[in-house]
Amino acid sequence: MSSDVMAIQSADVAGRSWTGVLHEWVTTVDHKRLGILYILYALIFLVIGGIEAAVIRIQLMRPNNDFVSPQVFNRMFTMHGTTMIFFVTMPVLFGFANYLVPLMIGARDMAFPRLNAFSFWLTALGGFLLYFSFVGGSGLYGAGNAPDVGWWAYAPLASRAFSPGHSSDYWTIALLVSGFGSIGTAINIIATVLCMRCPGMKLSRMPLLAWLNLVMSGMVLIAITPLSAAQIMLLVDRYLGGHFFDTQAGGSAPLWMHFFWIFGHPEVYILVIPAFAFLSEIIPVFSRKPIFGYPVMVAATVAIGLVSTSVWAHHMFTIGMNSYANGFFAITTMAVGIPTGIKIFNWIGTMWGGKIQFKVPMLFCIGFLFQFLIAGLTGIMQAAVPFDWQLTLSYFVVAHFHYVIVGGILFALFGAFYYWYPKMTGRMLSERLGKWHFWLFLIGFHLTFDVMHVPGLLGMPRRIYTYEPRPGWGILNLIVSIGALIQAIAILVFVANLIISYFKGAKAGNDPWDAWTLEWSISSPPPAYNFATVPTVASRRPLWDLKHPEDPDSRYD
Amino acid sequence: MSATTTPILETTGVWTLPYRGTVAMACLIIAESSIFTIFVVAYLFYIGKSLSGPTPREVLETPIFYTICLLSSSLTIHLAGKLLERGKRIAFLSLWLLTIVLGGLFMYGTGQEWHRLIYEHGLTISTNLFGTTYYSLVGLHAFHVTVGLVMLCIVLIFGLAGRVGAEQSRRVDVLSMYWHFVDAVWVVVFTVVYIVGR
Repeated sequence: MSSDVMAIQSADVAGRSWTGVLHEWVTTVDHKRLGILYILYALIFLVIGGIEAAVIRIQLMRPNNDFVSPQVFNRMFTMHGTTMIFFVTMPVLFGFANYLVPLMIGARDMAFPRLNAFSFWLTALGGFLLYFSFVGGSGLYGAGNAPDVGWWAYAPLASRAFSPGHSSDYWTIALLVSGFGSIGTAINIIATVLCMRCPGMKLSRMPLLAWLNLVMSGMVLIAITPLSAAQIMLLVDRYLGGHFFDTQAGGSAPLWMHFFWIFGHPEVYILVIPAFAFLSEIIPVFSRKPIFGYPVMVAATVAIGLVSTSVWAHHMFTIGMNSYANGFFAITTMAVGIPTGIKIFNWIGTMWGGKIQFKVPMLFCIGFLFQFLIAGLTGIMQAAVPFDWQLTLSYFVVAHFHYVIVGGILFALFGAFYYWYPKMTGRMLSERLGKWHFWLFLIGFHLTFDVMHVPGLLGMPRRIYTYEPRPGWGILNLIVSIGALIQAIAILVFVANLIISYFKGAKAGNDPWDAWTLEWSISSPPPAYNFATVPTVASRRPLWDLKHPEDPDSRYD
Repeated sequence: MSATTTPILETTGVWTLPYRGTVAMACLIIAESSIFTIFVVAYLFYIGKSLSGPTPREVLETPIFYTICLLSSSLTIHLAGKLLERGKRIAFLSLWLLTIVLGGLFMYGTGQEWHRLIYEHGLTISTNLFGTTYYSLVGLHAFHVTVGLVMLCIVLIFGLAGRVGAEQSRRVDVLSMYWHFVDAVWVVVFTVVYIVGR
């Protein structure tokens, strides 16, 4: 039956002109196509953001370098940060959520397909606006073009007086627009998970990926919106002469910091929870065991979601809060480590005693476990206020959060690419290239971000465009830059793998990994309607039940 | 692998899930509450911090009548929804129209207050911190009322064309959730601006 579907689809495509195909993709409201659009969009920005990182690393490769001017350097780190958070990680995670959540819960599509398309195009417009600033940012003032105020745009740096021209406006509006897109997608995911599940798919039987994306979406609702509100205030200040962050009229600069980090810290968890979701699907399949401690995993995720909304001011220990505030935020920050630790133990518990298959998706997940643990530990170090006073705004902090985002989130994402690419395209990614990708990236990552802690400890501030030759600084920065080069090569291997395997990869079939969730029950790529008949499930592993009628999970459910 | 599309069938009872419109509106309300919270916090934080006049005590007058208008519109929209559920379309339309009139009156009140503040007291969004926070918070709320009014008018037009019946009751209820939310926000804004802020 599924092969008939494939035949019909390919016959359809062959008969169409490329404009027809393009029109279909631009006007699509299908969750699978929108998911792929999100992912492709994010991959393009990953390359752009990566080039910006490369410029930064070349500039810092040796002391007193003059590869770029200080002004260009400021633009590069601002654009790198903004791009990587808002136009790479967010869209790629939304892309996977879009693609997978309806398939995993046995639904035909998202709850609101047109809202879904609208959200994607808002996000796309946001990215376009941000990069249009390179062309249109200078406005009438002849001032610098791209945003150069840092990705958190502290007041009063982002005010008219210190950021003339329109570059900051492009930054503000890009984030506002893509923020509305994110809110739309979050609403859509929540409505899909709560209202579109197939019969028998109780919340307690839902794949963890659906659960974790539900929690993530809930966090988007309460964490992205403060940023939108703050952006509106910034626009009022810049365009209507308001005084929200204007210290000369009694306004407060720390208020912007609070509003930004009320968004900024939960944002980290918005990004990492879907990464947890990938691990929770991939590790069981390659350990040949069901996930260990399912209810505890859900509870820990919800706990992370709740606690992470009250940790934001640990980014602001140096602004002179009183000791009660410092103490509160230090304790909550350390407390987040507890549910996160529970999750790490549960993944290890899943692997414990399992028949582990070291396929590429699993390799990336194992890399995640080690690296995310280290990232968490340096996080707890910085939750200690006196330690943070010493190291805030140094390269130690940069190393820490890149450890989270690259060593954690990006590794999990690569795992997800290798795991679900066969479902999305019908072709397997090459294991050989995949292993090259993994090992090269692992070596490059550790060269860059392990070593980067050291200049931080030596006192190298972040966001400086160059430095004096001091003992150790030059060689350490050179090693960091070499690591970045190796990572860039690994990314090229990955992109090559994506392209080559699309045309030459082995046929995947419905279920290449012998997995247990519903998306593997249908053809690869899935037909437009997903499920020919609405599936009914009786346990957490519907495909296990199907493959092992003699010993189904539903017996113990 | 010829895995079929139908995993094990199980004779479950009736499988009911919540209505997606209600869930989505609840989510939107959570998100909007978060936006309003930030604006309310900014307002509270800046009370009494303006470096120049006019101050709230000098210029603000409590809009009791218009507040009553907006709050009672919550009641009329609720009753309208109930009537629609029972298929009483004429009664529904008249209460719906009354809701729009009450909401419109509220907007007129806001407009009048702003006109007075701008032309009599010279208070604009750029005058001082009070002006910035006041116009932003009240303006954000007024914007939400306006959006609500536009949506209510669309339903009214469809209703007058005879297209709104008991079968649309669930959708109308979703809109009415939004309207209740806008009213609830006004209770907070009113408290903050006209009671705490003076």
